[in-house]
Amino acid sequence: MSANSRNSARVVLESSDISRALSRIAHEILENNKGSKDLVLLGIPSRGVPLANRIAQKINEFEKVNIPVGSLDITMYRDDLRLRPPRALAHTEIPEGGIDHKIVILVDDVLFSGRTIRAALDALNDIGRPAMVQVAVLIDRGHRELPIRADYVGKNIPTSLSESVQVSLADVDGNQETVIISAGEQ
Amino acid sequence: MSILLKNGSLKGEKNVDILIENDKISKVAPGNSIKDDKAEVLDLTGLIVLPGLVDLHTHLREPGREDAETVATGSAAAARGGFTAVHAMANTLPVADTAGVVEQVWNLGKSIGLVDVYPVGAVTIGLKGENLAELSAMAESTARVRIFSDDGHCVSDPVLMRRALEYVKAFNGVIAQHAQEPRLTKNAQMNESELSGKLGLTGWPAVAEEAIVARDVLLTEHVQSKLHVCHASTAGTVEILRWAKGKKVNVTAEVTPHHLFLSQINCESYDAKFKVNPPLRTDDDINELRKALAEGIIDVVATDHAPHPMEDKEGEWSSAAFGMTGLETALSVVATAMIETKLMTWADVARVMSEKPAEIGQLTEHGRPIAENEIANLCIIDPNASWKVDAKDTHSLSTNNPFHDMTLKSKVIHTIFRGKFSMKSGQVQK
Amino acid sequence: MKKHLVSANDLNKDDAVLVLDTAKELAVISDRPVKKLPTLRGRTVVNLFFEDSTRTRISFEAASKRLSADVINFSAKGSSVSKGESLKDTAQTLQSMGADAVVIRHGSSGAPHLLATRNWIDAVVINAGDGTHEHPTQALLDAYTIRKHLRNNEGDLNGLKVAIVGDILHSRVARSNAILLKTLGATPIMVAPPTLLPVGIENWNGEYSYDLDEVLPQVDAVMMLRVQQERMSDAYFPTTREYSRNFGLNAQRLKTMQKHALVLHPGPMNRGMEITAEVADSSNSVVIEQVANGVSVRMAVLYLLLGGSNSETGENN
Repeated sequence: MSANSRNSARVVLESSDISRALSRIAHEILENNKGSKDLVLLGIPSRGVPLANRIAQKINEFEKVNIPVGSLDITMYRDDLRLRPPRALAHTEIPEGGIDHKIVILVDDVLFSGRTIRAALDALNDIGRPAMVQVAVLIDRGHRELPIRADYVGKNIPTSLSESVQVSLADVDGNQETVIISAGEQ
Repeated sequence: MSILLKNGSLKGEKNVDILIENDKISKVAPGNSIKDDKAEVLDLTGLIVLPGLVDLHTHLREPGREDAETVATGSAAAARGGFTAVHAMANTLPVADTAGVVEQVWNLGKSIGLVDVYPVGAVTIGLKGENLAELSAMAESTARVRIFSDDGHCVSDPVLMRRALEYVKAFNGVIAQHAQEPRLTKNAQMNESELSGKLGLTGWPAVAEEAIVARDVLLTEHVQSKLHVCHASTAGTVEILRWAKGKKVNVTAEVTPHHLFLSQINCESYDAKFKVNPPLRTDDDINELRKALAEGIIDVVATDHAPHPMEDKEGEWSSAAFGMTGLETALSVVATAMIETKLMTWADVARVMSEKPAEIGQLTEHGRPIAENEIANLCIIDPNASWKVDAKDTHSLSTNNPFHDMTLKSKVIHTIFRGKFSMKSGQVQK
Repeated sequence: MKKHLVSANDLNKDDAVLVLDTAKELAVISDRPVKKLPTLRGRTVVNLFFEDSTRTRISFEAASKRLSADVINFSAKGSSVSKGESLKDTAQTLQSMGADAVVIRHGSSGAPHLLATRNWIDAVVINAGDGTHEHPTQALLDAYTIRKHLRNNEGDLNGLKVAIVGDILHSRVARSNAILLKTLGATPIMVAPPTLLPVGIENWNGEYSYDLDEVLPQVDAVMMLRVQQERMSDAYFPTTREYSRNFGLNAQRLKTMQKHALVLHPGPMNRGMEITAEVADSSNSVVIEQVANGVSVRMAVLYLLLGGSNSETGENN
């Protein structure tokens, strides 16, 4: 994401907004699944991972229970590998207990074309057989290219294709936590 | 038919006119002084005139390997390179170890008529290194062989080498040794050095050449004979030659153009056109060889022109053949290595590429002074030319030319063989 | 990363660490019920083996198949020397079969280099061992094994000392390892009798010694190389007994090494010659694990060279 077209950049979420959104998502997950039984959170690197950790933390605050959290790198399952030089792999960590018969909640920062989630579903398929797969994202910016939808959304932000969405999280990008939309190059 | 060469620089020293009638030089006079209306006139202003070049070491491959070269194509390549005489090495199929084979090569050369082809006789039957060949028969044949060599192989048996050195005294012959201790160079691929270790190619240590050269000069001194050292390639060999000549041992030595110019670093590409025997060595060796040639410790330049068909050179290094072509580039490489660097003059080049080789080969019609009544064997050079080598632009049947794509200085423009142009303006005649 | 992997010199430090990190992520596949990733689906990998080598070939085959590539095994007996099909013709046959990658093992040093530079083929060239020149994926799996045990499977090998013992002169494993260990910040120490060290060893990246007993206590890992019996007939050493006595790794020598020290061997082992059965089966020995690591490392190499578009690897994301 280009950082230099700040001319018409707007901040759509700030630190406190992000925190509130994650709390709401945590509540929704518990409500929807009638509790925390069999839940497994898998963050999609890189920003999905700290988000998954935070959601797990919030769930722990509310229900005093530790949900297994892990990460699922989907690089090897991308459908656009041949279009670019090979990408370095990120870390996959499936929690002990695996995913068989579990309710797996994939966590990512932005839902856009839906291809990342599709790749994640293929990856899960080679690892085991979840009872159910749900998707939680901080931002849904529209423009789906596949029939994929999120179950839990922090904020719906319609964008134009020429805009880019930049998520900054403390763990990955430094201190300032923001979501910024800027016009210009992707 | 007469030819008038006007105002060329004789061995780079003074400008002269040369009138050639039939096969002889009929008149030599100061530049622009001769007038002859009937002669074909060529203005050689700015060009160098040397006696026709004489190569002591060429592989013409015929009989037996006509896919790589023939006496005809080799002669054409030689003419293009400014040569009027070449010595054809004996490692043909059949080997030139009898009067019959050497006479065949001699006759072929004569019938083609572009250069004088002097066959070299093998020292041992079949080059096997076990029994002497009929050296006397070859000396007495119409080919009048005086130089004998098992080149390609080393006469490694010391007793056999001694006998050969002694035997040829009867007819003033000379043994030309390819110095390579066979057991020290088993399966050797390139110069033994840190680089050969790095590239994973079996090394050919300098000592395998030097040990034989040292042994042979001592033997030569002991039996009072003549020795010629083929393709000297190491600084150590130069030292031994310097010592031997200091003791007045009757030894002469040759160096190839490629050993004056290309180092082992070229092997890094694993391109087998740089695979040669003896191998390309270090920059130190190159420097010592150049100094030795300028000083006269190394007497002559000889091409060791070794043509090979593409399939023997385009594959993996260890299965490729050894050898490089060289007749057409020899003069230019020597000029680039020795004249451009001010190590030698054109007169020196005449000495090492014509006069002294003719002396070693005992030739009476080559390497002669450019003077009245001498047979007209000449080569004319443009000393200011700068040209890019194209391996495919050759009269040789083979393209294994290591100088491909390199830029060289000086070029042979015309070659006159026995009074007629064998090569004119870069074109080989007939 | 460069397009081909012909020599360990083709990898700078970042490339080498990237391969090891990628191998680490791919290693988990072997523990899954479905040992497959779709990444190289539709790509064709040809194993072009001019020399017999079951273990290396199987390793590359497993690596390719786990990435869903199609594998063709081409066992080419003979070379230009024995007047079999020439390297060039073989390569061009593969090209017309649509090979995306050629994994080549050849008896002649430099053969993979020719394939990679001569424009006979478009495919990616991976050197699986050429003559006495190099074997880069072996060096990578050795480095991976060492890193896993001694550096927590992260980063480089900075500060480690690794002895490489045996016929250094004729060993492509030694050459690639000497280069790669140095690239990763380790110090290789070549140990052999003088006859089995190449000319110019003083200028190799690392140190050398004729004294195994002096070197062993200093090192964090020792790599024992296979020594061929044939070397005896060329007078490289007098008898196998004398060789083993001075350069064999036995239990007494193992005791002089540091507790954490690893024993590696590229295989196949000459039990009793360069390594005793006791040492080969000891807890310091990681020989069996090297084989498994070989598959992960080769998967990483195949992915990084073939998994993207046909250009040099860009930065992450």
